[in-house]
Amino acid sequence: MNNFRVTDRWLAPALGVAAAGSGLILLLVLAFLLREAAPLWGSHAVLGFVLDASWYPLEGQFGMLPMVAASLAAALGALLLAAPLGIISAIFLNFLAPPAVARSYRMMVALLAGIPSVVFGLWGLTVLVPLIARWQPPGASLLAAMMILALMILPTVTLTSASAIAAVPQNLQQGAAALGLTRQGMILRVVLPAARGGITNGILLSGARALGETMAVLMVAGNVVQYPLGLLQPVRVLTANIALEMAYATDAHRAALFASGLLLTLVVMLLAWLAIRANRQVSYV
Amino acid sequence: MSERVFTSAIWLGAGVVTAFFLWLLGDLVWQGAAHLSVSFLLSDTLDSGRSGGIAAILLSTLLILAVALLAAIPLGLMSAVWLTEYTRRDNAWGDAVRMSLDVLAGVPSIVFGLFGNAFFSVYLGLGFSIVSGGLTLACMILPIFIRTSEAGLSAVSDDWRRNAAALGMSRASVLWHVLLPTAAPAIAAGLMLGVGRATAETAALIFTSGYVDRMPTSLLDSGRALAVHIYDLSMNVTGGDQAAYASALVLIILIVFINTGAWALSERWLARKVTFS
Repeated sequence: MNNFRVTDRWLAPALGVAAAGSGLILLLVLAFLLREAAPLWGSHAVLGFVLDASWYPLEGQFGMLPMVAASLAAALGALLLAAPLGIISAIFLNFLAPPAVARSYRMMVALLAGIPSVVFGLWGLTVLVPLIARWQPPGASLLAAMMILALMILPTVTLTSASAIAAVPQNLQQGAAALGLTRQGMILRVVLPAARGGITNGILLSGARALGETMAVLMVAGNVVQYPLGLLQPVRVLTANIALEMAYATDAHRAALFASGLLLTLVVMLLAWLAIRANRQVSYV
Repeated sequence: MSERVFTSAIWLGAGVVTAFFLWLLGDLVWQGAAHLSVSFLLSDTLDSGRSGGIAAILLSTLLILAVALLAAIPLGLMSAVWLTEYTRRDNAWGDAVRMSLDVLAGVPSIVFGLFGNAFFSVYLGLGFSIVSGGLTLACMILPIFIRTSEAGLSAVSDDWRRNAAALGMSRASVLWHVLLPTAAPAIAAGLMLGVGRATAETAALIFTSGYVDRMPTSLLDSGRALAVHIYDLSMNVTGGDQAAYASALVLIILIVFINTGAWALSERWLARKVTFS
């Protein structure tokens, strides 16, 4: 007992220091990204991120726009595929599936959520890419990246939409039923509008995850630096570029990679902020 | 659109998702099981992974995880206790820490890789090593661990704290004898969620713990994690697909095991929470 009394005196400050330490990791990460990118600040290279035609690191040209466009295209395409399927899955779970089916469907989605990105990449590389190549070579393409990313973010969209739909007050549904709406009318005109905040939140978070994903895209997208002009052309996204070039990058090249990491982090943070805002404006019509 | 069309469209969507899932899982199990054996798990990696097994890689993976846990558990637990027991719920500093952790949770893993390389490998001079990789993963799993533990601690009824105070227990002993044991399942669940994420991680490890596939002899050796092994086999080694699928199956079994554990623990915690109120 007495030991614990002595402990009490230093416990609170020690815990405070630990919590401050955990809180400071984010700042440490940002500080080190800035520090490593420092050789470029103030030089013309910063303008070059936007103005240079493309990414030729050996000639000191660090135009990031083609890869930024590829990242956005891949993430957006993945959302276009995953959002409808995810919302449909959520409706299925909440309204249509018999309890036993819903339970196994939920388990399947949870299992899908746990599969590592490198395994999605492996499957995409050995199954999906050859399949697309048989139709339109080379196969490793923006389309393959979109499809793999869509599979990866589908669980997030499904589970967040399902919980947003489940949180819609029962009396809204009962009211809709009392007004003589069909089940379809109730779901489309009452439940989905009422749950839109939570659904948007899940979609934005999934978008952030798709933008930040590295391995799966790296393995199926072909990694040619160019603007994404066609679905079947190979592209290289920002994250994949970092993973591919960090191994041998030095000086300005290395700094440019850290700068692209910083850019990526800021975009993902922006999306997360938007997601929190979307979730806050829950108003039940 | 009639009711029947709507219903069929929803069932069709669910069917498409299920079909893709079965296709993926079927390929993994089918192709992985063909190459998987006990000797694959227990023998050294030969010929860049085309033949031989994954013994050294499994050991490296476990060592990286052990380092990550050794760093994350004390720091995370202390932070969670500070957030729930030593600050008011609307305290500005507490909110700042929580927000910082939430943002950290969203940082892409490749960015953790950049940070880990710059900070642990280069700045602290740890090089490409199991320690660098483990510490990088510790930063990655801290947010989810702290937030889950925090939820577990907040779920302990305040009556218990008041009763303990009325009995004249010191705060440290309340923490040690009452709060931490009661919240243990939630803390364990948070930990296992973190471990699951860390086991699946590739991008953060390539430039921190590195590629070397030999048996590690110290924590400062480079060690190749299982996920990195799968990446290397499928991208850089021609003829490595079979071994890659077998490794992927091992990885998935490991993660399903961990996630099921986390799920079971959090179920148990939810069941116990009811008895408090």
